[in-house]
Amino acid sequence: MIQYIVRRILGSILVVFAVSLVTFLIFQLAPKLSKTSPAYYYIGKNPQPSQVKAIEHRFGFDLPWYEQYWHYIKGIFAGQSLSNGDSTIHCAAPCLGYSFRYNSSVSSLIVHALPVSLSLAVGAAILWLVGGVLVGTLSGLKPGSWIDRIGMTGALGAVSLPIFFTGPILLLVFEYKLKWLPDVSYASLTSDPVQWFKCFILPWIALSFLFAALYARLTRANMLETMGEDYIRTARAKGLPRRTVVVKHGLRAALTPIATIFGIDVGTLIGTTVITETVFNLHGLGGLLIQAIQTQDLPIIMGVTLIASIALVAANLVVDIFYGFIDPRVSYA
Amino acid sequence: MPNTPESDMIDVREGVVEPPEAFLSVRDLHVHFPTGDGLVKSVDGLSFDVHRGKVLGIVGESGSGKSVTSQAIMGLHKGSRARVSGEIWLEGRELNGYSEEQMRSLRGQEMAMIFQDPLSSLHPFYTVGKQISEAYRVHNDVSKRAARRRAVEVLGMVGIPSPDRRYDDYPHQFSGGMRQRAMIAMALVNNPTLLIADEPTTALDVTVQAQILELLKNLQREFDSAIILITHDLGVVAETCDDVVVMYGGQCVEKGAVTDIFYRPDMPYTWGLLGSMPRLDRTRQARLQPIAGTPPSLINVPSGCVFNPRCRFKDRVEGDLCVTEHPDLIEQSPGHSARCHIDPATRRTIWTEEIAPSL
Repeated sequence: MIQYIVRRILGSILVVFAVSLVTFLIFQLAPKLSKTSPAYYYIGKNPQPSQVKAIEHRFGFDLPWYEQYWHYIKGIFAGQSLSNGDSTIHCAAPCLGYSFRYNSSVSSLIVHALPVSLSLAVGAAILWLVGGVLVGTLSGLKPGSWIDRIGMTGALGAVSLPIFFTGPILLLVFEYKLKWLPDVSYASLTSDPVQWFKCFILPWIALSFLFAALYARLTRANMLETMGEDYIRTARAKGLPRRTVVVKHGLRAALTPIATIFGIDVGTLIGTTVITETVFNLHGLGGLLIQAIQTQDLPIIMGVTLIASIALVAANLVVDIFYGFIDPRVSYA
Repeated sequence: MPNTPESDMIDVREGVVEPPEAFLSVRDLHVHFPTGDGLVKSVDGLSFDVHRGKVLGIVGESGSGKSVTSQAIMGLHKGSRARVSGEIWLEGRELNGYSEEQMRSLRGQEMAMIFQDPLSSLHPFYTVGKQISEAYRVHNDVSKRAARRRAVEVLGMVGIPSPDRRYDDYPHQFSGGMRQRAMIAMALVNNPTLLIADEPTTALDVTVQAQILELLKNLQREFDSAIILITHDLGVVAETCDDVVVMYGGQCVEKGAVTDIFYRPDMPYTWGLLGSMPRLDRTRQARLQPIAGTPPSLINVPSGCVFNPRCRFKDRVEGDLCVTEHPDLIEQSPGHSARCHIDPATRRTIWTEEIAPSL
């Protein structure tokens, strides 16, 4: 077991390295294909060739790619100093590069954005997991009943409604009409939990809507299948009360596959909640990434990609290890 | 449909219902499933008795209603769309009218069931021991430790080596025979007086089969319980049963003592079953004689005798009685009855002169 976990962690690190190398190479390759120096991203129009040279030298664009990659990796662990002769910007470890548009190191940008993304993803995940599983279980236990019909019609509606529709509606109703949540601004969980909750409750609902619908359908299908299994009949034949049969024997088995999907969904969501962030004016990783893409801010794009990939790989790892605990048939040989 | 003689014995319509003497008595049982294609008549007018200390075998092809019958006795159709009618008497109590909650207190306690595929019938996520002690604890207010002790005891009783250690194993860590033993242990944990074994040996290899059957017989002797053994294996029936019900198309076509069924079978379908049983005391040149045709549709049940489309002896009956009229289950000799239009004397001749010599 321990051996398996260690092996998996080492494997995960390798995957993250591969992702960092690939993103790095893509951004190395892109300027080469368009035959422009990446230095142009940093200076204004019609620069002097000497200025270009100076920038290239400052950021190491004149070095071969593997040396640049080495500097990039070294920066993550040891920090980096970017000097142009007159001034030196020190970027402490873990240094993912420096954004001159924000005039800030990428790591500090990410450190500010990550809690927002995490809060958003994890909070919504809890909401959709509870809601989706509840609706799905009730529907799956009585297929064709009115609960099932309402639940599944609701799920179909929720799947069909995009966040840029439900989000503004939620804002309109709860913030502007009912004024239940006036002037919410972001506060971190540790500094002001109540404010934090107020700030995130609407985004959570908007974001979890779609996922809750998917999970409800998935749970319903799994539940229907599980309740037809032979071991459910055995549980009933033992004389167990219905609640025990449904929860301990049925739900336990029906939820196991959902655990896998749940981990991956949360992991993926950490870097990809762009629409929700935009609608609710939150400054998370997704928004950071989109802006960076629009302004061609390479260090940020690479940094966010790396962090998002780490989140996904970590979620996968947690799910795989967790699976060994919930399904005894999985062996870690 | 015509009443069977059994259903005439107890007249429900006049309200004079007297509990039968037998330990378990099934009277005119019908189990119908409404489906999109029509009403599936899985069991249609089945009656039989089981006494304590006896083994009743229910034999028949797949889809003849054997398993559905056993699940009806356990009340497992309650809460599903199945329509169950008729009477199921257990020690003077009529169970078909029982609520799910009333049945629940009997299930696992007084009546227990062994299912046919032990791997899929055991929960994959709980240890074998936990599943057995769960069955014990639901009917007995005991501590977890006491339940564990009892579970280990029954695991030992059914012949699981080092049961205390195997208690914590999961079903997938058991071999097929051990799983079936664990299923039996689970069924026996509360010393039930009625044990229903639904093809308990079908998934097992022959050596293990014999052990499991021996185990069931020993346990029965010990607890004087009644056993219903559902199987399509006539060898198992001959080995273990006292009485036999032969089912075809959801109906009982012949029933009697095991010797009646094997030495004086009285119904073309039973002849066919015996003819299709492989035997070692015969030369290989003597081919098995399968019953031609396929089991009947349970939605469009053949008119007249259910077996008539596959019956080789229809021509022994005057006119088209076999196709037009449903034969009654008629007692030929004490305890031995069959459902057939052929004249009883003719049937005896057919058996002794045409069927028995070729077996």
